[in-house]
Amino acid sequence: MNSLIHARGLIKRFGDFTAVDGIDVDVRAGEAFGFLGPNGAGKSSTMRMIGCVSPPSGGVLQILGMDPRRDGPRIRARLGVCPQLDNLDPELTVLENLTTYARFFGISRKTARDRAAELLDFVQLGERAGSKVEPLSGGMKRRLTIARALVNEPDVVLLDEPTTGLDPQARHLVWERLFRLKQQGVTLVLTTHYMDEAEQLCDRLVVMDGGRIVAEGSPRELIEAHSTREVVELRFPTQDQGAYAEKLAGIGERVEVLPDRVLLYVADGDDALAEVHRRSLSPASSLARRSSLEDVFLRLTGRTLVD
Amino acid sequence: MLTLTIPRRLMAVQAMGRRSAAVAERNVAALKTAYALVMVGGLLEPVLYLFSIGVGVGALVGDIPLPGGRVVGYAEFVAPAMLASSAMSGALSETTFNFFGKMKFMRLYEGMLATPVRPIEIALGELSWAMARGSLYSGAFLAIMVAMDLTTPARALVAFPASMLVGFAFGALGMTISTLMRGWQDFDMIGAGMFVLFLFSGTFVPATAYPDVLRWLVEITPLYRAVDLIRGLSLGTAGLVQLLDVLYLLAMLIVGLMVAGRRMERLLCK
Repeated sequence: MNSLIHARGLIKRFGDFTAVDGIDVDVRAGEAFGFLGPNGAGKSSTMRMIGCVSPPSGGVLQILGMDPRRDGPRIRARLGVCPQLDNLDPELTVLENLTTYARFFGISRKTARDRAAELLDFVQLGERAGSKVEPLSGGMKRRLTIARALVNEPDVVLLDEPTTGLDPQARHLVWERLFRLKQQGVTLVLTTHYMDEAEQLCDRLVVMDGGRIVAEGSPRELIEAHSTREVVELRFPTQDQGAYAEKLAGIGERVEVLPDRVLLYVADGDDALAEVHRRSLSPASSLARRSSLEDVFLRLTGRTLVD
Repeated sequence: MLTLTIPRRLMAVQAMGRRSAAVAERNVAALKTAYALVMVGGLLEPVLYLFSIGVGVGALVGDIPLPGGRVVGYAEFVAPAMLASSAMSGALSETTFNFFGKMKFMRLYEGMLATPVRPIEIALGELSWAMARGSLYSGAFLAIMVAMDLTTPARALVAFPASMLVGFAFGALGMTISTLMRGWQDFDMIGAGMFVLFLFSGTFVPATAYPDVLRWLVEITPLYRAVDLIRGLSLGTAGLVQLLDVLYLLAMLIVGLMVAGRRMERLLCK
């Protein structure tokens, strides 16, 4: 068995509520693996179980070939964790946040200092080494948290919503650093509810909804399996977009009605648009685009990712 | 079989000690001037009490007869109680207010638990830190007692580890209390509780001065046991009762640590 993370029928319950409802996951060395799903899908609960800070309620979970219930400290020694909410130490400087954290892994002070300096350069915070954490921007804090997750040279890095709450520029900077890590062969496991993030970073992903896995594959495979090549988005100048569904029937494979727009799933967007106009339907705006994971999610769950 | 398990146990204990030390080390790194001032305040308090009540009120009270028949000056009687109370309040302020803030508001422990560090090791590390701080106060206060001729240097040397034990025991209790706190408002109750203990633990009056029922109540409180232990040692009257005090405080330490570790695990490792 060569998967770093191996789960079968993994369950997490909180009282009567089942957050993770029997999922099967295998993460292989060197890949970037994603959990895509809306808030409340069970992604963070899964990540906490993998991070060995939350005991599974049922099923099989093996991480790096070990049992989290028995070998928690030994497993955690080889994981790097970037939590959803930054929990940097506000009483320490940027540099101290890394060196102090390294000590929790039993890393010597000298090695800790060297590695911290290297990592600060890697996340482009070298100039802020002596600063407190508080005045840093959201993006800087997130990069520092990522650097902290790397301080023990982990085999697997767990990133829970690594760019949630960041502005577009900060997100791209984080993505770029994560991509660099991926190229270095570090195994990444991340959760996200952004389809563009999943498409950019993940070699393979599972789509989660309501604690279950509803699909699995590479972004491309998922799109091919669950959506058409292109999508046409139409907005009609009316309260009731659904009224147009019938008039659009037959243009593509499928018509999806959302509160503010209608989606046509088609092989060729331009052809479809021409057909819409030929039927004398006049949308206020129209857009032809490639299918995305958002469409996959909509197809599989009937809901959009970001509400 | 045996030869295999023993080294493994030893290694586990070693790792536990190393990780607890790393937790304490974090506090050393965070130690900045503002905090150092708070620490000076912690030393000042018992000294002020000693002078105002021990020396000031003591001039009016005169000498105090001990249950054993010996008669001692009032300052001599009060000083060890001030030492015990300051060991208590130092340990409690570190393990309640500061501990709670780190756990709930800075979310520091969540970050630590993502590393090999375990909840019980956080508890141990934080407690050791509280004790490092507490022993600084105790040492300074004992030096003052010796300088004022309220105890002998030899007795002070024995009373020093005893005051550490007092701190450890109250620190473990404080940590347990912290894991049960709902919010900052509950801390008023800790403050009130500490003040009641401070006033009625045989600190200013011998417990024998109270009616029987009250005396019995006083004598089972932890601060009374702490005062009794340190007073016995600093006055040189220690006997079997002080052994009981030590056992009482040791039990408090062990039970407190275990409960705190388990409660932290339930709170943080859901």
